[in-house]
Amino acid sequence: MHPIKLAVALGAAALMTAPALAQKSIYADYQRMTAENAPTELFELEGEETWKKRQGPKNASLEACDLGMGPGVLKGAYAALPRYFADAGRVMDLEARLLHCMMTLQGRSSEDAAKRVFGNENQASEMEALSAFVARHSHGMKLAAGRWHAKERETFELGRKLFYHRAGPWDFSCASCHGEEGKRIRMSDLPKLSEPKYVRPLMATWPAYRVSTSKIVTLQWRMNDCYRQMRMPEPVFGSETTVALIHYMTVTAEGEIYRGPAIKR
Amino acid sequence: MRRLTTIAAAATLAACASVPIGERPTLSAGDLEQVTAVFKRDFRERGQAKLERVVLDDVQRLCNLHNDNPPETLAKPLEEAQHKAIPVPAGSLIGDWKRGERIAQSGRGSMWSDQPGVQEGGSCYNCHQLSPKVEAFGTIGPSLAGYGKIRGTSAEMQRYTYGRIYNSKAYNLCSPMPRLGHAGTLNEQQIKDLVGLLLDPASPVNQ
Repeated sequence: MHPIKLAVALGAAALMTAPALAQKSIYADYQRMTAENAPTELFELEGEETWKKRQGPKNASLEACDLGMGPGVLKGAYAALPRYFADAGRVMDLEARLLHCMMTLQGRSSEDAAKRVFGNENQASEMEALSAFVARHSHGMKLAAGRWHAKERETFELGRKLFYHRAGPWDFSCASCHGEEGKRIRMSDLPKLSEPKYVRPLMATWPAYRVSTSKIVTLQWRMNDCYRQMRMPEPVFGSETTVALIHYMTVTAEGEIYRGPAIKR
Repeated sequence: MRRLTTIAAAATLAACASVPIGERPTLSAGDLEQVTAVFKRDFRERGQAKLERVVLDDVQRLCNLHNDNPPETLAKPLEEAQHKAIPVPAGSLIGDWKRGERIAQSGRGSMWSDQPGVQEGGSCYNCHQLSPKVEAFGTIGPSLAGYGKIRGTSAEMQRYTYGRIYNSKAYNLCSPMPRLGHAGTLNEQQIKDLVGLLLDPASPVNQ
């Protein structure tokens, strides 16, 4: 076992068994206590290496990637995403934008760039490490996804429609699980994702290191895994569907101070 | 300066009002078509999860159009059609509650990550309390603890319970509950076993 993973596991075990923690707030306490020394730093460093690494047919790094603040500008970029990009003619979240830069700057095909977007407990994906690295540069800044451009408004509207759209063999929409306050699936609390007070703390903490699976996870992964559990086919990575939902939630969380990359249960 | 601040504040308010945060949209037939077209473009089939899963049926369309609360005159005929299509087996419907408990506990089945053709679970505990001994239960659906003790085991109650699991939409058109038999997630024996879990006086649900 990797020493950092071991330390996290031991820390988690110690917290889980702490007798003073009340049942109701155990995860809130746990998140608060572990937020200070999240193991995300490891992934951020890996992401930085990937950001600077020359690769692809053009043998280029991502250092000139324009995440919305100008080529190569990292500070505050994540907190202002998703937003409209004129050069792509669409609204993009961080991961869709990174994919775009891999294709345009490095000359990689979409198949190659998106070959391994979700990692495992042994190795994070390029995309996950990059996400942690870029997001770190928005730590402490207010979430302010674009919502002035006509395309941004369209994307928000699409996200809102998608959120309530029931489909698939189980007739589920996002709202089936995330439409009411105070509900639970098995033991997990289900946040009402149309409501700012529940969405704000969530959007402030992605991407995150997930202790239960020892993985760094991103919002694109979250969308993918929700649709899997909704019994739907698989959404394409960085597609308009996934970006619209992420945009809808990030706009709903507008103004919240970004506190990630964080740690989740 | 004060005037400028007022104007700025008014502009901010106007902008906030124009992005309907927290509001549920009213969907038109055109909206549903738009979303389905977006899904067809943005989704790929994987394993057993084929692309045709994004196509809406009459029940989904009506519920989506009316925020899960369609007018009675439109809902009733669809409910009846769903009811007619439930193949209720003859004889006792009370299966093995022990197998039923395992089916109720399992959250797998019908996902792209599940083996095609293998019926696994009903995800019942995800949303309902069943056996009072099991603490990890969800709260999206009502508690079913004591279900059979309260209702008895009449043939009518067996048929109702079987039907409700097979296709919840036959009783309440926009029910949040999946149509577990209709969707092919559970087979006849599995639903009987769940009826056993709910109705059998020996089942932990009724202790």
